[in-house]
Amino acid sequence: MTVDWDWSYTGDILPDLLKGLRYTIIATLAGYAIAIVLGMVWTLLRRTPFAAVNQAVRWITEFIRSTPLLVQLFFLYNVLPSWGLSLSSLTTGIIGLGLHYSTYTAEVYRAGIADVPRGQWEAATALNLPRSRVWLDVILPQAVRRVIPTLGNYLIAMFKDSPLLLAINVAELLHEAFEVGSKSLMFLEPITLVGLLFVAVSVPSSILVRRLERRYATY
Amino acid sequence: MPPTDTTPDAPSPKKEAAAAVLPRGGAPGIRFEKVVKRFGSNVVLRELDFSVAPGERVTLIGPSGSGKTTILRLLMTLEKLDDGLIWVGDDTLWHMEKGGKRVPANQRHLHEMRKRIGMVFQQFNLFPNMNVLRNLTEGPVRVLGLSRDEAVERARGLLDMVGLADKIDAHPSQLSGGQQQRVAIARALAMEPRVLLLDEVTSALDPELVVGVQDLLRDIARESDLTMLCVTHEMGFAKDISDRVLMFDQGQIVEEGPPDRIFGEPSEQRTRDFLQAVLAS
Ligand SMILES: Nc1ncnc2c1ncn2[C@@H]1O[C@H](COP(=O)(O)OP(=O)(O)OP(=O)(O)O)[C@@H](O)[C@H]1O
Ligand SMILES: [Mg+2]
Repeated sequence: MTVDWDWSYTGDILPDLLKGLRYTIIATLAGYAIAIVLGMVWTLLRRTPFAAVNQAVRWITEFIRSTPLLVQLFFLYNVLPSWGLSLSSLTTGIIGLGLHYSTYTAEVYRAGIADVPRGQWEAATALNLPRSRVWLDVILPQAVRRVIPTLGNYLIAMFKDSPLLLAINVAELLHEAFEVGSKSLMFLEPITLVGLLFVAVSVPSSILVRRLERRYATY
Repeated sequence: MPPTDTTPDAPSPKKEAAAAVLPRGGAPGIRFEKVVKRFGSNVVLRELDFSVAPGERVTLIGPSGSGKTTILRLLMTLEKLDDGLIWVGDDTLWHMEKGGKRVPANQRHLHEMRKRIGMVFQQFNLFPNMNVLRNLTEGPVRVLGLSRDEAVERARGLLDMVGLADKIDAHPSQLSGGQQQRVAIARALAMEPRVLLLDEVTSALDPELVVGVQDLLRDIARESDLTMLCVTHEMGFAKDISDRVLMFDQGQIVEEGPPDRIFGEPSEQRTRDFLQAVLAS
C-alpha cells in the first residue's frame, strides 16, 4: 500500500493548524498559571491548624486527582451553565486543566516542603522569625526551587493533555485538524501535522526543563 | 557541592571589633527546676535541677544520649517541656502568669522569651537561599524591627568581628564549613541575645577549620558578658571558655566543678571513663 502525501494540501491547511496551535498554547499556559497558584493554595490550606479545612481540602484534591480530566471537562462544560455560570469553551477548558493539574502541583509542593531540612525550621525558630516569614522567606523559596524541574515536567504533560479540550469544542490544534480534515475528507496530513507540531513544541520544552534542572540544582 | 577550602581560616578576629558589636548588660541566669523530658516512653530528663548564674559560662559534657542537646533544645524552645520549670532571668520560659496562676506559655510569651536566647547549631543551618548579608539582616529587620540600614550596619560590624567582611555577598554554599559556622555565630549575635547556646559547633568541621571557630568563640567569651551554655568534647576549648563543667549521664548531673578539676582530677568513675573515652577517640 502506498500513501500519497499531498504537499499543496499540507501548505493550505498549515495556517489553520497554526491557529489551533495558538489556542493549544494559550490554554496550556493559562491553565498552568492556575495550576501552579492553586496548587500552592491547596498545599498551604492542608497545613492550617484547622482540621476541618485540612480534611476538606484533602478529599477535594483526592477526588479531582482520581477522576479523569475528560470527565471533569464535560462536567464543567455542561453543568456550570445550568448553575448560571456561562463561560466560553476556552475559559472552561483553561479552568478544567488548571483545576485538574493543581492537584498534582499540590503534591509536588508538599514533597518540596517536606524536603526542606528540619534544621531550616529550627534556625528560623532560633531567630524568632514569625510564622509568615518562616514560610515566605525561608521554607517556600527553598521548596519551590527544589521542585522547579518537576513543575516543568507537568507543564509538558499538560500540553500533551490539552487535545482533550476538543471534547468541549475549544478550537485547539486537534480540533482544527479534524475540522479541515472533514471538509476535504483527507486526514493523513492534518493529523500527522498535529503530531509534528506537538513534537516541535515538546522537545525544545523538555530541553529547557532539563536546563532549568541543572541551573537550580545549586544556589 | 561544598567548596573544598583547605587554606587555613582567617586569623583570629579583631578584639576591638568584638568589643564594639557585642552588647553588654542584662544577661539572665538560668534555672532548671525538676525538669522532665520524655520521648515516648524514653525518659531523657528526670526531674533535672541545675542553675547557671547570670553571665556564667557552663560546658556540658557526657556520653552520647545523656541529654545535653535536649537541654539546649528545651531552652531554644525546639522541644516541648513535659514537666517542671525552666527559668530564664525572672521569667519562666514555658509558662506564664495568667490571673495569678501559672499556665502554659502561648506563642506570644515564647516569642518574647526567645528574644533573650540565641543558638548555634552543629550543622550551621544557614539559609541557603539568602546571601550572607541577608542571613544576618533577616532577623533584625523582621523580628527586632531595625531599619534596613541599621541592620546592614550591624551585619557589617559582626562580619568584621568574625573576619568575613569580604564574604558579605557570598551564598552559604560558596563558603567553607568554618566560614559558614562563623557566619552562623554572627547571625545568632545579630539578634542581640543575652544567652548563647552552642551545641557541638565545631564537630561537623574539618579538623583544620576548628581552630578559627574556637578562637572566635574565645574572643566572644572574653569580650562579652553573655550567659553561655556549651556542649563540646574539646577539653582545651572547654577549659578556656568555661567557668564550670557539668558532667551528665542519663539525664542526671554526675559531677560538676571548675574545668581544671573536672578534667584534671575528676572524682567520679563515670567521669573518668568518659574522659578516657574522649581522649582515646
Ligand atoms: N526527637 C527525638 N525523638 C526521640 N528521641 C529523641 C529525640 N531527640 C533525642 N532523643 C533521645 O533523647 C536522648 C538524649 O538525646 P540528646 O540528643 O539530648 O543526647 P546528647 O547528650 O546530646 O548526645 P550526643 O552526644 O550524641 O549529641 C537519647 O536517648 C535520644 O535518643
Ligand atoms: Mg547532642
